[in-house]
Amino acid sequence: MKKAGRIVSFLLSAMMILTIVGCRAQDGANTGDLAGQKSSANGDKTTGSKPSESSGNTPGQKSSANGKKGKLRIGIIQYMEHVSLDTAREGFLDALEDKGYRDGSNITVDFQNAQGDPSNLSTISDQLVANKTDLILAIATPAAQSIAGKTTDIPILATAVTDFADARLADSNKVPGGNVSGTSDMNPVRKQIDLLLKLAPDARTIGVIYASNEDNSILQASLAKKAVKKLGLKYVETTVSNTNDVQQATQSIVGRCDAIYIPTDNVLASSMPTVHGVTARTKTPVVCGESGMVKNGGLATLGINYHDLGYQTGEMAVRILKGEAEPASLPIESAKDLDFYINGKVAEEIGVKIPEDLQKYVK
Amino acid sequence: MGIVSGAVSLGLLWAVMTIGVFISYRILDIADLTVEGSIAMGAAIAAREIAAGGNPYMATLLALLGGMAAGLCTGLLQTRLKIPPLLSGILVMIALWSVNLRIMGKSNISLLRMKTVYTVFESMGLSGTASIIVLGLLCVFLLISVLYWFFGTEVGSAIRATGSNPHMARAQGINTDTVTCLGLLISNGLVAASGALIAQSQSYADVQMGTGAIVIGLASVIIGEVLFRGKNFYTRLISLALGAITYRLIIALVLKLGMPANDLKLFTAVTVAVALSLPTFLQRYHQSQKSHGGVE
Repeated sequence: MKKAGRIVSFLLSAMMILTIVGCRAQDGANTGDLAGQKSSANGDKTTGSKPSESSGNTPGQKSSANGKKGKLRIGIIQYMEHVSLDTAREGFLDALEDKGYRDGSNITVDFQNAQGDPSNLSTISDQLVANKTDLILAIATPAAQSIAGKTTDIPILATAVTDFADARLADSNKVPGGNVSGTSDMNPVRKQIDLLLKLAPDARTIGVIYASNEDNSILQASLAKKAVKKLGLKYVETTVSNTNDVQQATQSIVGRCDAIYIPTDNVLASSMPTVHGVTARTKTPVVCGESGMVKNGGLATLGINYHDLGYQTGEMAVRILKGEAEPASLPIESAKDLDFYINGKVAEEIGVKIPEDLQKYVK
Repeated sequence: MGIVSGAVSLGLLWAVMTIGVFISYRILDIADLTVEGSIAMGAAIAAREIAAGGNPYMATLLALLGGMAAGLCTGLLQTRLKIPPLLSGILVMIALWSVNLRIMGKSNISLLRMKTVYTVFESMGLSGTASIIVLGLLCVFLLISVLYWFFGTEVGSAIRATGSNPHMARAQGINTDTVTCLGLLISNGLVAASGALIAQSQSYADVQMGTGAIVIGLASVIIGEVLFRGKNFYTRLISLALGAITYRLIIALVLKLGMPANDLKLFTAVTVAVALSLPTFLQRYHQSQKSHGGVE
């Protein structure tokens, strides 16, 4: 029996030594079978689709210089699945495609979703670094922090991060200074409160629902509180810690307020239908932080369109891929255009009259 | 290779946690859910200390003490207030969610470009992953040696006796209540220390970190026991570390194969189920071999 133990411990130490050696000898050894597989699978569909070149620079020339079969490898690391994050990713890929970078033809996109499990983020980050990815898109703060902790060379663009400097992803939002830049999804909270009052002019008490464990939400709730107080109205709030609490939290607040504001919040974004189930009965108007949430049962928003935000990030990526910019000197961008989005069905259901000037945004 | 070493490094850190889970789940025979809270608590304490400019080793030690306190709470609920073990674990786990938010002051603390326990090794010229492996190995071997010694002492044996047969243990004059508390205290201390190490390796602490930790811990314990089957206590502890590493390698492999992340949890469940049923299959196989092969 002791012998078995010795063999096991010997194997263990052998494995450790091998891996340590492996860490050091990473360079050159990696030929990336995964990328090869993927491209051959997609090859039939996309062969011959020449990229439409916008400027003199040929997309993909950097990669051919590196001798990687002329294909750039784009890694995407996403923290969890929900509408805003998914649409940001789609926007990013749309931007790349519009600029001539097409998955399967001159770039290979390796998309990984951690399903909200931080330990998966770590493994995915290792994988992206080991695959010698040329550029990484990180979606949501933990994903960005995880990958930024693993590499200081590969350019990283992050999106759906509220404050890059606060998350220590960048030295400052103007001059990031490292290998991370991207787009911030800081929400125009005051404008959204104004919109809420436009749709519910008689509201005297504004309720706010958010997840108490999300920094971004706490920050926005405090901004909302300030805005509401400034308008001379009453502010009440209720917090949730996960999706299971949402129904009760909503029920507890509808009786105490005339209208509800919900900031961009991962937990609430995924449980908007639940919120709607409660507020539809009490006919309480709900203004949300972003359009994905309105689509799922909110009344209206004036907010960031995550597709556009992702698209903007994609444009930054193109500049980096072409060698025109470096993340270190590429300032963090915030959403350029804000979108009105009004859910016509919900408006009808709860009997809210949409003002004339906003009619055209009813969807 | 990079992925393998990444998985091994992460596995070594989780091994500390796995050994903690082993102490409550196998030695004390309690499914202790406190670990979901204490792993995040360890991360929270360490992150806060480090972000405030504290010494990372001190921070990890503080995390260990914090986890011990959490374990003691569960133990007291269980032994003094007679709340069933599963429930006391759940209660402390829920309570720790709020405590952890209080400790951190916000839900996520970033440790990017901060001095962590790994910095010393990195400054010696090792890559990030290699320094995690070196420190992880040091921790795991130190831990295994200390625990091997400890569970051989009178107190340690009392803990083992309590887990295997509390009535008999009491008949031998062991105060099973005190011993249960002690076991949970050690277990959660280790889990929190592991949380501190993990947070420093992934460069942030998040209050959600503990979600699903108990499943990972139990899966690692079972994979280790089934695949590596330590026969005595010492090899059993080693097999736990190997189990944690194997679990991480499986996850890395699954991600590498490009399995949709949505299916990951299902896959984990299937893996654990297979590992659990393996002994039964092996037994049947041996039996059928014997009946076919006749007398040896």
